[in-house]
This record gives sequence, structure tokens and C-alpha cells, in this order.
Amino acid sequence: MRDLRSGPARLLVVDDNKVNRLLLTRSLEVQGHSVASAENGRVALEMLRREGFDLLLLDMEMPEMDGFQVLEQLGNDRQLRDLPVIVTSSLEGVENVVRCIELGAEDYLSKPVNPGLLKARIGASLEKKRLRDQQKELMRRFATPEVAQDLQTSGFSLGGKLVNASVMFSDIRGFTSLAESQPPEETIELLNTYYELMFDAISGHGGVVTLMMGDGLMSVFGAPVPLPDHGESAVRAAQEMVELIELFNVERDAAGKPSIRIGIGIASGDMVAGYTGTNKRATYTCIGDTVNLAARLESHTKIAQRVILIDQTTRSVLSERIAVEPLGPVPFKGKAAAVEVFSVDPGQKR
Amino acid sequence: MSTPAIDRATFEALKETTGAQFALELVDTFLQEAPAMLDELRRALTAKDADKFRRVAHSLKSNSNTFGALTLGAMARELELGGVSKVIEDGGQPLDALAQEYSRVATALTELRHA
Repeated sequence: MRDLRSGPARLLVVDDNKVNRLLLTRSLEVQGHSVASAENGRVALEMLRREGFDLLLLDMEMPEMDGFQVLEQLGNDRQLRDLPVIVTSSLEGVENVVRCIELGAEDYLSKPVNPGLLKARIGASLEKKRLRDQQKELMRRFATPEVAQDLQTSGFSLGGKLVNASVMFSDIRGFTSLAESQPPEETIELLNTYYELMFDAISGHGGVVTLMMGDGLMSVFGAPVPLPDHGESAVRAAQEMVELIELFNVERDAAGKPSIRIGIGIASGDMVAGYTGTNKRATYTCIGDTVNLAARLESHTKIAQRVILIDQTTRSVLSERIAVEPLGPVPFKGKAAAVEVFSVDPGQKR
Repeated sequence: MSTPAIDRATFEALKETTGAQFALELVDTFLQEAPAMLDELRRALTAKDADKFRRVAHSLKSNSNTFGALTLGAMARELELGGVSKVIEDGGQPLDALAQEYSRVATALTELRHA
């Protein structure tokens, strides 16, 4: 992404009238911007889709494709939706101006455009775009693409909704003693590689990591974006995680380092998913019995001496290609009745 | 005395913000384009093409105001708002008046151009 402060902004002027086009282009060039122009909406959209622009100055009354149609198309285009648009026109009737703003135009300047006003509005628009770009970049770094997309389309509000999904907990067995036996840099490096492998497997099957705590990961399959076979997807992700760790261990073994082992618990059902926290600091998460059960299953892997444990609900949606061994009922803390637990064979992936 | 065809303050402001040389070139462009716009208005009237008529009147209005041709701009605005039907009602007279005012504007702009 280009930092708008570092150089002139690249603007596109669209106007069917030659005098208007030349005049506006000139005014913007005088103000230090780099400017291209188009003579109707169709040509403008082609240019926008082909080249990168920071801002669009749009006339409304044009043949072939008018400004309203351009605004509509931009609104429906995921790549161009956030491009700031300033309408420059001499539209008659305030209802037309209102319509521009409703269709997503950031501002309206009536023609002939006052140069001082033009400068101020463009400066403000570009600054807003810069902040938006920065925000998107931060979001990309600190949230998963799914959560970032969800935030962008539905906005941020604390509170949740009931979803049907699968939750997975995973962690590295004996990680604390491993961390204590090696230099801290090595631990961080190990964690980073581990995260990278686990994230690949999880997101490759449509899951979203909602929590990272030390060597522990919580992920959800089926929220914020619904996933039809979330149970099976979670189990397949788990199998891939185990497989990737085995490959990683071959490398570690060759380097004379101890192998690592992981444990995974998966449960499926209804849960509350949403943003929790405060208006200043919040995170996307899932809450409910299903989530607690997944956590209990994960810690039960140590006692059961199995790698992947799942609950009855997840078991019931799995295709027959996945080998499952019933371990019988297990009484879990916080559960009134014992819970049927199943072990998934990590080797039988296909 | 009738109102001047070109409002000098507007024209000077245009020269100031875009540069004198550019403003004069822009005058040339307008003088090249405007006769075609007047023709287009007539053709749109004959064809009763309301959309085209409104659009051309709109362009002429905005160009006129750019150079300070305020009377011409006001007349073009009347055409934009009234549309084809109003001109037909008035027996085509508004377009003749518009052409007359344009020739006054063209003369004034040409003088300014060579001043």
C-alpha cells in the first residue's frame, strides 16, 4: 500500500465536457496532484479497474454511463468500494445531491468549483482514505481475514448471536518443561513455526483462530462465516495438524531437537459467537457449553493417551472415511452426565 | 447599458487560479466547442430528445459560469430546467435568444483573449 503522504496523490477526473475536464485537471495539477481524466463513466470504470487511483472526481450528467450509475457500480465492487468519490457537478435539485451522498459519494462540490474548497475537500478525503487504509492494514495483521471482512461489512458492535459451529482446542504437550529447557529465542522460533503450520491447516479447512494463548489455540469452524460441514472440516483440519507436526518432527529430529506432540479436542453444537470485551478492546470469540466441552476434551487427550478427541455431535456428522474409536462415557468437571468421547485416528486422513 | 457579457471578476479569478496562459487556452477550447453545443441543442429539439437537450444545456450552463458568462449561463439553466417542451411551447424563441447571447459572449471573450 502506498503512503499518501510520501508523494502526490493520483486522481481521476471524469467529465464529458472538455472545458470542465481541462479546467478541473489543471486546478488539481496546480495543487500538486497527478491527474488522469476520462470522458464518461464507462471509460472511468475501465481505468479504475486497470490502474490504482486514490480519489475520483465525478461529474453526474454524462452520456453512455452517468455518475449515478458509476456510483452504483463502485458500491458493488469489492475492490473499488472504498475509493473516495467527490462529485463535482452543477446538478439542479437538492434531491440529486442527496442521492449522490446516499450512493456513497464522500462529498459534493458544485461547479464552477471553488479552488480553495476543492483543495480542502480533497485534502480531507485523502486523509480519511489514508486512515482507512491504515486501519485495514492493522486489521489484516491482528485479525483473521474472516473477522476483518465481517467487521468491514457489518461493522463493530459488542454482542453476539447464536450459531451452530465446531470449536477446536489444541496445544503442545509438555510445552512448559520444553520451554524451560531451551533458550528463549528458540522457544519463540518454535512457537512461530508451530503457529504457522497450525494456522495453515486450520484456515485451509475454513476455520478461524479466535484465541492464541502461549502454545494453546482456540479455533472455530462455522463462524463468523457459516460453514456447511463444520464438524468434518474441523476434524480434517485436526488430522492435517497432526500430519504437519509429524513432518516438523522429522526436521527437528535431524537437527537433534526433541519432538513435539500435540493434543486436540473438538466439540460441535450451538454457541454464542460475537465480539466481547469493551468498546476499546475487544475480541471475536465463542462461548457456551460446546466450547467448554472442547476444552475438556483437549485436556483429556493426556489421560486418554490419544491425539484427537471429539464429542458425540461431531462424531455423528463425520463421513465413514474417517476412522473413529469410541472410548465410552467420561465424567467431565462441570457436566451433570458423563459424556461419550471418541478418538479420531490421526493417520486415516483419506 | 445592458449587463456585460462576461463578468470580469469571475474571469480574472479564473486566470489567477489556473494561470493566464491556461485560461486563454481554455477560452479557445470553449469557443471551439460551444457552436457544436448550440447545434446539438437544435438537433435535440427537432428530435424531441429531452435527455440530450437537458444534458447539453447543463454543460453549456456550467461552461458559461466558468468564464463569467453569467447571462448565458442563466439562459442555459432555464433551458435545462424547462426542457424541450418549454422551448417548443415558446416556438423555439429561447434558442434564438441563446444564440444571440452566445455571439455577444464570443465577441467579449475574443476581445479578452487578445487584450
